[in-house]
Amino acid sequence: MNFITIDKKDWAGGIDKSRKTYRVFGPVQDENGCQLKPLAPDVYPLMDAGVTVMSPKSVLFPQTEKMLTATLDESSEDHHIMKPVEKDNTPRVVLGIRPYDARAIQMVKLNFDNPDYQDPYWCEAYDATTFVGLGINRPDSCDFSTSAGTGPFSEEGLDVLMADLDDRYLAKILTEKGETWAEACGFDTSADAAESQALFDILRKEAEKNITASVDTDRLSEKSILDLYEAPFWDDVAFSCINCGTCTFVCPTCWCFDIQDETKHKTATRFRNWDTCMSPLFTHHASGHNPRGSKVQRVRQRFMHKLKYFVDKYDQGIMCVGCGRCVASCPVNIDIREVCKTMNNYEKE
Amino acid sequence: MDTCIEKIRTICADLLAKGEVQKVIGFAEGSIPMASRPIAVTSKDDVEKLVFNATCGLNLANYVSEALPKDGKIAVTAKGCDSRNLVTHMVENQVSRDRLYIIGIPCTGMVDKRKIAALFEDEITDFIEEGDTLTIVSPQKKEKVSKTDVLRHNCRMCTHRNPVVFDVMAAEPVEEQSLDQPFADVDQIAAMDPETRWAHFQELTKNCIRCYACRNACPLCYCPTCFVDESSPQWVGKGQDKTDINTFHFLRAFHCAGRCTDCGACVEVCPMGINVRDFTRKLNKDALELFGWEAGLDMEKRPPLDVYSPDDPDDFIK
Amino acid sequence: MENPYVPYPVRIDDIEVATEDKSLKTFTFVFQNPADEEKFAYKAGQFAELSIPGVGEIPIGIASSPVEKGFVKFTVFRTGMVTSHLHNMKKGDIMGIRGPLGNWYPWEKLENKNVVIIGGGFAFTTLRSSIVYMLDPANRSRFKNIDVIYGARSPGMLLYREKLFDWEKRDDINMHITVDSTDDPDWKYHTGFVPQIVEKNAPVADEDTYAIVCGPPIMIKFTQPALTQLGYQDHQVIMSLENKMKCGIGMCGRCNIGKELVCKDGPVFTLEQINQTPKEY
Repeated sequence: MNFITIDKKDWAGGIDKSRKTYRVFGPVQDENGCQLKPLAPDVYPLMDAGVTVMSPKSVLFPQTEKMLTATLDESSEDHHIMKPVEKDNTPRVVLGIRPYDARAIQMVKLNFDNPDYQDPYWCEAYDATTFVGLGINRPDSCDFSTSAGTGPFSEEGLDVLMADLDDRYLAKILTEKGETWAEACGFDTSADAAESQALFDILRKEAEKNITASVDTDRLSEKSILDLYEAPFWDDVAFSCINCGTCTFVCPTCWCFDIQDETKHKTATRFRNWDTCMSPLFTHHASGHNPRGSKVQRVRQRFMHKLKYFVDKYDQGIMCVGCGRCVASCPVNIDIREVCKTMNNYEKE
Repeated sequence: MDTCIEKIRTICADLLAKGEVQKVIGFAEGSIPMASRPIAVTSKDDVEKLVFNATCGLNLANYVSEALPKDGKIAVTAKGCDSRNLVTHMVENQVSRDRLYIIGIPCTGMVDKRKIAALFEDEITDFIEEGDTLTIVSPQKKEKVSKTDVLRHNCRMCTHRNPVVFDVMAAEPVEEQSLDQPFADVDQIAAMDPETRWAHFQELTKNCIRCYACRNACPLCYCPTCFVDESSPQWVGKGQDKTDINTFHFLRAFHCAGRCTDCGACVEVCPMGINVRDFTRKLNKDALELFGWEAGLDMEKRPPLDVYSPDDPDDFIK
Repeated sequence: MENPYVPYPVRIDDIEVATEDKSLKTFTFVFQNPADEEKFAYKAGQFAELSIPGVGEIPIGIASSPVEKGFVKFTVFRTGMVTSHLHNMKKGDIMGIRGPLGNWYPWEKLENKNVVIIGGGFAFTTLRSSIVYMLDPANRSRFKNIDVIYGARSPGMLLYREKLFDWEKRDDINMHITVDSTDDPDWKYHTGFVPQIVEKNAPVADEDTYAIVCGPPIMIKFTQPALTQLGYQDHQVIMSLENKMKCGIGMCGRCNIGKELVCKDGPVFTLEQINQTPKEY
């Protein structure tokens, strides 16, 4: 593992150099707070920004993504034959991704890249992407990442982890992808490994100390699915919910999607959109039957998926990295930390 | 306003103890600063959970139909706007008056949480409301702000702060505001040339993620299947196409024409900070100017676009 | 990288109206590229996404049998947007098929066992596939007794009538065909609901007997106690579930019952498995 230091004076120049080979994504400020976006050639990432309203999942999994097209023109030989849409899979780099968001991408990977099927759109985008994370020196009050199995300086899923040292960044190169990116930027001032690691450890401990929010998850796996499913607390949990799906859209680990077809002139396009288990349409059968027709059923599904089904299925903890976005964005203040606690402490009578 | 909570709790405890209502819909303290949460209280022992403050910006009329038991009554706490939406619900046959016990709350307005957040560079960690004085704390600073200065725009423009229908009032009525220019914001948009105006609306919806929080928080949006969710025929595409996003916003606004009470719930809940009221306000202005109509004030009258009248101002209908 | 969303192009080779009310049609598809047929190798009980460009996809159980070569068949109930469109398509039209998807009836486990097939209404498609498969000369000896209880509202609502009556004549399968009611004086089979016929005619279970049950919820609800009465344990009752699906490959997230995904971990589950999950289907 090698370390480099990047003088902040060189940061913008390095990014510019890397633009020859990379499409650069990073946090920028807009009228709705901070967002992670592809950066125009004259724009630089706002590295000291707060947590982005939307998570970085859209870099690999856009809200709307074309998958296949076909011509419906019967004079064409291949009419009505659907073919994959060409994708721009040139290298891209995400600068300033929060460490817990990188961990979230690893969770989403479990879904899109599994032993049975690989989703080519997600997987190819993933392969093309380098994740350059920035450790979080001052975690937000909604941040409960340490108890969700990651943390402000977690390395999982990152290619580079940087620490902000005021006038410079100290960067820990974690993968070959990270090394290639650093080279492309011309960042090559190496730093002493032992010293640097010690510094990272100090920063990490300091940051973790500042995290005050937490969830208890230790007893979730020992509960039975049906006991939790049939528990009496769901009506109360769901009461305020308006089923808007904001929680699922802002969530870095929510991966569900819908597939839709549209026709324009003689071209048919099949594309996918983020979908949400909060919507009754999500499970609405064509017959009219809906296995999750009521609000309570849908709210329960979201929390059961994140805090129980996922736990049982993958044995990798909860499907939540503790970023706190859903807590901050929920218009009716449904708080996953409270729900997790309720589930974790539940004893069937 | 904060003084009325004890009275609300007493009223609710009494109603629940006597079995006059099966539950009370109100607000509970949120788990993070500047948040509140709609709750249903079913036991008198839980009335302490009820709060009322300047963050209770959702419209509880939205919860009534779903919360209504098969028979019996429920109580609901209602600000001026909530009460107007209850009236709209009754006029539109969504709920009948005798099923509701309305606890009226005279309201001095709700705070604009985004406006407050914008006063701070870091996050807000505490929010204390004492009368008109708000004490707002972040890791870097502590600031006292007058609530009047950070009210939501719809609350600044509100001329019905007192509930229009109630069984009991939780406090003395407050003075109603009188406004010189009740629709300055609409006039400003109307004065734009067509290109600028179009650009304004394009800009307005550019961040929409189609979560439909605006629709779902709106007491008017109770259609069993919203037109955007209809599959045969499918009126609107489901993706992030600009045309589809705009179609949703335009149509929803028109569907609420003459029914909207300008309660601001749509803006309150939007995770992307879209001022949805830029659409609905123009229609409220039209309803007032063309029909002399403000929604939710009259239990006897259907909204203007819902009735035929020989003196309709528009020629085509005659 | 292989793209699991790309359907195989197929041509509609034949369309048959399957029931007297015309709400079901059986479509026979032929692969445009013969090599695709091999890639589409399937087992009885699996399903596929019928894919109409510009309209959408719909998951449908495969009604043809792995032993029938050169084509694939699907019987489709007209109900939503895609199925309505499909019902209006004609012979020769080009569309797509994506699959095969999901698991299948546990044929390995069913070897040397008595198999009781219980079906109702439209839900006989993968059961047709299974019966044709088991009756194939190469396979018949691998199974012991085969009983089939199949019912519909009326004689004209029974799927695959000719096949049913052919099977009736054979002596290596016990057919118990029933209709809810009929005014046909020549009707020579049972009348009565499926659960009643199960009660009267299904073999009593020993440990070597398995029931495969597919049908509308009301039929399943009343068939279960009848089977329990006959000694079937939950692991001996095999069912195929339906849920709303989009991707068919376990990624889009909507078809779960608990932690199982109906499209990928199912659609075939034993009653024992289903009893351990929330009943969200």
